[in-house]
Amino acid sequence: MNRINKKLQEAKKLLSIYFTAGYPNLNDTVSILQRLEKSGVDMVEIGLPFSDPLADGPTIQASSTEALKHGMTTKTLFNQLKDIRKTVSIPLLIMGYFNPILQYGVDAFCQECQNIGIDGLIIPDLPVNVYNEHYRKTFEKYGLVNVFLITPQTSEERIRFIDSVSNGFIYMVSSASTTGAKTGFGQEQTAYFKRIANMNLNHPQIVGFGISNQETFCQATQNAKGAIIGSAFIRFLDNNNIDDIKTFINSIRNA
Amino acid sequence: MKKTYNIDNKGYYGEFGGAYIPEMLYPNVEELRQNYLNIMAETSFQDEFDQLLKDYVGRPSPLYFAKRLSEKHNTKVYLKREDLNHTGAHKVNNTIGQILMAKRLGKTRIIAETGAGQHGVATATVCALMGMECIVYMGEIDIARQAPNVARMKMLGAEVRPALSGSKTLKDATNEAIRDWINNPVKTHYIIGSAIGPHPYPDMVTRFQSIISKEIKWQLNKKEGRENPDFVVACIGGGSNAAGTYYHFIDDEDVGIIAIEAAGKGIQSGESAATSVLGKEGIIHGCKTLLMQTSDGQITEPYSISAGLDYPGVGPLHSHLYTSGRAEFFSATDDEAMAAGLELTQLEGIIPAIESSHALAIFSHKTFKPDDIVVISLSGRGDKDLQNYIDYFNL
Repeated sequence: MNRINKKLQEAKKLLSIYFTAGYPNLNDTVSILQRLEKSGVDMVEIGLPFSDPLADGPTIQASSTEALKHGMTTKTLFNQLKDIRKTVSIPLLIMGYFNPILQYGVDAFCQECQNIGIDGLIIPDLPVNVYNEHYRKTFEKYGLVNVFLITPQTSEERIRFIDSVSNGFIYMVSSASTTGAKTGFGQEQTAYFKRIANMNLNHPQIVGFGISNQETFCQATQNAKGAIIGSAFIRFLDNNNIDDIKTFINSIRNA
Repeated sequence: MKKTYNIDNKGYYGEFGGAYIPEMLYPNVEELRQNYLNIMAETSFQDEFDQLLKDYVGRPSPLYFAKRLSEKHNTKVYLKREDLNHTGAHKVNNTIGQILMAKRLGKTRIIAETGAGQHGVATATVCALMGMECIVYMGEIDIARQAPNVARMKMLGAEVRPALSGSKTLKDATNEAIRDWINNPVKTHYIIGSAIGPHPYPDMVTRFQSIISKEIKWQLNKKEGRENPDFVVACIGGGSNAAGTYYHFIDDEDVGIIAIEAAGKGIQSGESAATSVLGKEGIIHGCKTLLMQTSDGQITEPYSISAGLDYPGVGPLHSHLYTSGRAEFFSATDDEAMAAGLELTQLEGIIPAIESSHALAIFSHKTFKPDDIVVISLSGRGDKDLQNYIDYFNL
């Protein structure tokens, strides 16, 4: 069984962290992953930087631009990760835009993920219908979980379709926004989280966008399996040493 | 069935097109996809669109026989005078259509991207006309070098927001407009300015611009007793004036289709926007098309003296016309375009936009027969480029 699906069976609420590979420094990737695991993080999304990240707000845009300046490429990332399973055992996903993956070759990319021990992919601009028609078999051949996004505007019919195509969890975008745009959840979000929970989908939901601290983590996970923190973690890395990652994770987790 | 180069029912031109968008944009794009053809087919829509094109834009734009230019190049050259449209270019054909579309979809807020500012001005213009809120994203660098158009947009009541990300030019302004749409999904319509973006945008923009070739057909019939020229010629950045100029001839293979891209300082100079030569298939701004990128799939910055051609991709229709061999692609350097612009000015008394000067540079690349009828899209007027011409020719 894929590490993601095993993790999803655990009873606790899951904390997942996103960071941009190649940021703050080109070769921080492995050190960050090791520290995240030691700090008790359940799952990590490794961001593959892209020149034109449409769905991202200023924080992740800036980290991507910096990472590319440092020389991060798909090959470099795979090289950095080649021995990652010797030291890190939590589920790992790569999150990135479709064009760099298309240029690498979708089959070759997926194969390399399997070789390394990457468990899943999140590709925001690969639509569910294109995936289903053209790429699903490839992803499944290499044992990869593919994660789709839903938003407060996604229709019930489409959510059910996405659920039927999913093979891990559903990435529940908390509000209509780019990453890092909003802070705090209002009644509207709470109602949306409940509405989705009441749909009794086959796959658990993990909330992303707008989670930055313990309060928003707790709110998000009241009706969902877990939550993802991205921009807030990158802002922490801007101002702190990677050896202090545990401080950040403790501030979210330890109630 | 007759072979068609047009869009298929899944939103693709051959292998190009589609809608590669984050889920956050899906409801908006899907709403548009489900409604655009029906709305465009409504009699009330067509009446309003036609009336505004006639009385507000000043259509039909003349099809002008350029006698001295024809003599110089020993062929029959007609110019489709989009430069005489209100706001000075073909861009307004699309913004009129899209603002009417936005109204029918119940939208109250308009966003747009702009490079040189021509599409921004055309959008701000129709928003003023319809009393709609208008926000135009423009790269910080472009804001600095296109001050008169920034002032025009502000005077028209639009808010001009600087795109501060990436390279701070057109592609980043487009990213920012898309991000705005993600953050404002319900009441906002995004007026894309070229034949790019996720399906249905390339098709919708092409249909609004197709008035250009529709008019060419009857105008040429009046002048020459035939609807089809031997060649239609247009410059291509994203490709909206080209798409409109080609549209009614695409499947008539006796009409030669010619596209001119911006070679900048030379195709191999590293400062170019000749996407058909330098680009590879990939995803940009929601569609699969040819685009300039690194081997790692990062989108690169193009260069052209013409801000309107300074885009790292071409619309999916054009990628299909190129790879299928239906269209002939050439590219003109800055120097060739500037010389062709000056030539038109001095032979015909028309100062063209530098974008259109690229189309006029076809004569440096191809020789036509004396009895060939060549229709060139004069997509815009040169007023906005005066400073560039002054600097280039030391006027």
